[in-house]
Amino acid sequence: MRIEQALSELATTAPATVLAGVMVGTGLWDEYAVFAGPTEPVIVAWNRRGVTACVPLSAVGEEAAFPGRHPRPARKAAAVPRRIEGRLRHALESGRLGDLPVDLSALGDFQRAVLEKCAEIPPGEIRPYGWVAAEIGSPGAVRAVGTALGNNPVPILIPCHRVVRSDGRIGDYAYGTQMKRDLLVAEGVDPGAVEETARRNVRFTGSDTTGIYCYPTCRHARRVGETHKVEFHSAAEAGSLGYRPCKVCRPAA
Amino acid sequence: MEAVIADIRHELAADLDGAFPDLVRSRQDRIFSGVLRMVRHHADAADITQETFIRAYRALGGYEPARIEAMSLDGWLWTIAINLCRNRGRSRSPVPATIPEQPDRSVGPEELALRSTEEARWQQRLLALSPAQRAAVVLRHVVGLGYDEIAEATGRPVGTVKADVHRALTRLRRMVEREEAT
Repeated sequence: MRIEQALSELATTAPATVLAGVMVGTGLWDEYAVFAGPTEPVIVAWNRRGVTACVPLSAVGEEAAFPGRHPRPARKAAAVPRRIEGRLRHALESGRLGDLPVDLSALGDFQRAVLEKCAEIPPGEIRPYGWVAAEIGSPGAVRAVGTALGNNPVPILIPCHRVVRSDGRIGDYAYGTQMKRDLLVAEGVDPGAVEETARRNVRFTGSDTTGIYCYPTCRHARRVGETHKVEFHSAAEAGSLGYRPCKVCRPAA
Repeated sequence: MEAVIADIRHELAADLDGAFPDLVRSRQDRIFSGVLRMVRHHADAADITQETFIRAYRALGGYEPARIEAMSLDGWLWTIAINLCRNRGRSRSPVPATIPEQPDRSVGPEELALRSTEEARWQQRLLALSPAQRAAVVLRHVVGLGYDEIAEATGRPVGTVKADVHRALTRLRRMVEREEAT
């Protein structure tokens, strides 16, 4: 009996690192670190499945404040792990997600659809909220698209700064209009010129040689020379003049 | 006890991510205590405990809720833990049967402190048992598992497990008596 008693007294407690290690290892807790962004440092969080957050450091204030505003428990890491680092750097430099894994599994279906669509917009181009809504099959949900993008957990990586008001103006951004303009400038968009076009009520531009119309920042629209460029106030106007919508930027009515 | 186990299985089946931290909190001490007596190093025991839960989480994610509800959770967790202990044992040097005269420079201060205690003597006695006897007696008397759970965890018949526990206790008793006689 003495032996059994002595053995039962060998029971002890697990080190505190075990729970944290399990939670990070399963992806139930995230890790985060500061990383260089296109216009300023960003805080990046990730788990086993991929990146879960990317926010400008200036919006958080200081690094230590990040876990308090992240939706899941997050532990500070020394650095971004190697499996993510190269792809993350490439995504931030190129303005395209590429093969960077992003974990949107905590989001609802609608928001995920909005963000996945948004991720298709190439750097240097912009689309209106209504385009995103139409593309995901919910043309009436323009306002909901705005909300979904406003709560984008991975801004910059998923480029919600490339989605603008349906009247063509640059519009709001979760981290202020100025940051939205700065991000666009960094990838070669001139927000002043975009808003000037919007003020003239021009929504689409076409080419009189191809008979195709596009969003003004579409890579095909930008290729059209000034002498062949035609401006339209609406899709209906372009259609009535015999122009067809571009198959790349797919201008929505 | 039975109610608690049934409850967490139900919660895991309904919401794996929500209930999993509770599974870890409720079992990490017992898993760690048991593993610590089967491997030599404190850091290995912490690693194996952590890895056991990570593997359990991945496996549970692929199971139907009905399967989780019907599981013998502790026996199953220990199946994973014991496998990890075995694999770790293979990649380590053999365990010495007696306390070495010279201080072992490969161990940290934590383990050196441990060696000077009664607990360290028990560690050495347990490490002198065969792996099967050690696993059986540790799961029975340190962790407090039932014989059928130990049978599931070790993949051995209940009768063999009972015999292993009995033989292990006899050997440990003799070791203690021999130490006291000298």
